[in-house]
Amino acid sequence: MTIEPGLYHLLFISTALFFIGVYGFFTRRNLITMLMSIELILNSVNLNFIAFDKYLWPGKMDGLFFTVFIIAIAAAEAAVAIAIIINLYRSHQSIDVENAEDLKY
Amino acid sequence: MPNATIIALIPLLPLAGFLLLGLFGRKYLKTSSGIIGTALLLTSTILALYTAYEYFFVYGKVNGIYQQLTPLKITWLEFSKGVSIDMGLMIDPISVMMLVVVTLVSLMVHIYSIGYMKGEERFSTYYAFLGLFTFSMLGLVLSTNIFQIYIFWELVGVSSFLLIGYYYNKPSAVAASKKAFIVTRFADLGFLIGILILSYCSGTLDFATLIQRLTSPESNEFKTAVTYSFLGASALTWGAALVFIGGAGKSAMFPLHIWLPDAMEGPTPVSALIHAATMVVAGVYLVARLFPVFAITTPAVLEIIGWVGAISAIIAAVIACTQTDIKRVLAYSTMSQIGYMMFALGVAKYGAEPALGYTASMFHLFTHAMFKALLFLGAGAVIHYVHSNEMNDMGGLRKYMPITHITFLIACLAIAGVPPFAGFFSKEEILLAAYQDNMAIYWIALITSGITAFYMFRLYFTIFWNKPHHAHGEKHGEGGFVMMLPLVILGIGAAAAGFIPFGEFVSSDGRPLESHFHLQFSILPVALGLAGILLAMWLYYKQNDKPAKLASSLGGLYKAAYHKFYIDEIYLFVTKKILFNLVGRPAAWFDRNVVDGFINLTGNTTQAVSEGIKKVQSGKVQQYAIYFLGGVIVLAVLFIYIWK
Repeated sequence: MTIEPGLYHLLFISTALFFIGVYGFFTRRNLITMLMSIELILNSVNLNFIAFDKYLWPGKMDGLFFTVFIIAIAAAEAAVAIAIIINLYRSHQSIDVENAEDLKY
Repeated sequence: MPNATIIALIPLLPLAGFLLLGLFGRKYLKTSSGIIGTALLLTSTILALYTAYEYFFVYGKVNGIYQQLTPLKITWLEFSKGVSIDMGLMIDPISVMMLVVVTLVSLMVHIYSIGYMKGEERFSTYYAFLGLFTFSMLGLVLSTNIFQIYIFWELVGVSSFLLIGYYYNKPSAVAASKKAFIVTRFADLGFLIGILILSYCSGTLDFATLIQRLTSPESNEFKTAVTYSFLGASALTWGAALVFIGGAGKSAMFPLHIWLPDAMEGPTPVSALIHAATMVVAGVYLVARLFPVFAITTPAVLEIIGWVGAISAIIAAVIACTQTDIKRVLAYSTMSQIGYMMFALGVAKYGAEPALGYTASMFHLFTHAMFKALLFLGAGAVIHYVHSNEMNDMGGLRKYMPITHITFLIACLAIAGVPPFAGFFSKEEILLAAYQDNMAIYWIALITSGITAFYMFRLYFTIFWNKPHHAHGEKHGEGGFVMMLPLVILGIGAAAAGFIPFGEFVSSDGRPLESHFHLQFSILPVALGLAGILLAMWLYYKQNDKPAKLASSLGGLYKAAYHKFYIDEIYLFVTKKILFNLVGRPAAWFDRNVVDGFINLTGNTTQAVSEGIKKVQSGKVQQYAIYFLGGVIVLAVLFIYIWK
């Protein structure tokens, strides 16, 4: 017996993905891993857009375009974030977030 | 018609001198600044004399009445329709007369200072200040409205401050300049409030309109103004009285005279300029300028002016008899003579014959400028020669300084009221005016004129006769041509200025006033004057112990007069003991504890709070993310359940 995937299945996956990402962002100390968690969060949003597009407004392209935009932005964001991480590594010899708390009171 | 350019140039040339010498003098014009300043002022003087000639003999008179003309008027600040501050030039008999007096005396001082101030370190600065002073005084005289006069009034105050404190490394000069500035500023506060009241009541600042509105009972402004009152006197009375306080401060009237004797710390030519002819008569000029308001609308204030003038005249004369510093004697004599001018205005009425006092006051202002400038410049020559201000260091100088001696004698005779010198005519007119109006003031004036003759000749005999002179100053002689020329010119003025038919030109309403000459009336004052001179001669002709004996027999009175009736001490008591202790200290306590306390409390609280919450900014990215998430959750809950 096969189950036709419905809207709620997809929303469940995207919510799960979102909270996995949040969890990863809060618990990991390695900046690369934190960046990966952010990518998870972004992609959960993408999944939402696709799901709503397919099940609520089929035939319209809005959700797809949003997704394409988000992927583009995510790429740019990843480039910036990795540049920051490389610079941080050069100055601190570490990419552990606990070592990067100089910007405080 | 008057030529506005020529009249505007009269004050602007000294201003140009001030700017030129003030900016470039010390570097480039070190030795030539005296010549430059004098040349500019000479041009001003010629223009002033030309203007006076044109005004009095060519265009000033229309139908036998001297007109008040405003050849130039520029709106400077407009507050609302009809109320604006203008800058302009006003030409009428008294302003033209003052133009001549101020430029002439200032020119004499400029010439004289070339010799007197030679070799001074700040020679060009001195001339710059003289230019500024002359500019402000001329601007004051030419003002068309009450606010313009106030601006120049303050400029005169500032420039006199600069000139009195010229020797700024001498502590007494610094103290004197501060005192002069503070006392006159204090009086100017009254003046400013007076200006506000008068202009509020009349709805204008312009002199002509203000006088016209406040003196005609039919005008709307007058009807409204008389309905205001405060402490039993009408607003107009208060306004006029406060304006007079400003005038009294500048003119060194009792009890605001305390700055005048101290101001003698400035260079002697400056004393001649400020204290003889220009700044101190500004108050008299102000009262004369607003005379119709005083005379018609507020006769009570005019009465006060009369009494203040009379009291100042006699007190100053008595103090002058006991002082030993020759410049201080002259300072008190100035105060006494200004008192004469004031009460002459005080006893005058507006219009025609009863306004004799007005003409007399202006006449005395004119002659006094001549002989008092001469006295100061002569005293300057003497000080230059013996290097001391003290009368005890002088004596027997007549052979060594013949020109100074003769001119000084002329000035003394003039101020003592001996015919036919200038002071005689103006003083007779003042006494006559007082005689017609107020007998008490007349007697005070009469006694004062006797005392005046006495102290002036006390000065004269002590300087030029008394003990023989121990020659030590022959090297530089009397002071050269530049110092003697002004003495001679002013000497001629002091001798001959009385013959000008002054009533023809200056009167309260512009109509010529015929001055009658009463021979039998003059006998008493002249006799008193001669008695004063003889008494002074008897006491001071030869060195002897009569003055000391007389002083000790007068005891308390002499001591009181020597200490200037303790007025300075009273001021010190009032300010230090009463004001400082009863007002200043509690106010300071309140400021330190309550006001500062509140400010400190605010600051401390803020600091404590921020100290507590600054830990939030930890630098840990994930902590920030948690706050952010918390915020998002709270907002989500709010949006979903509460702000549906």
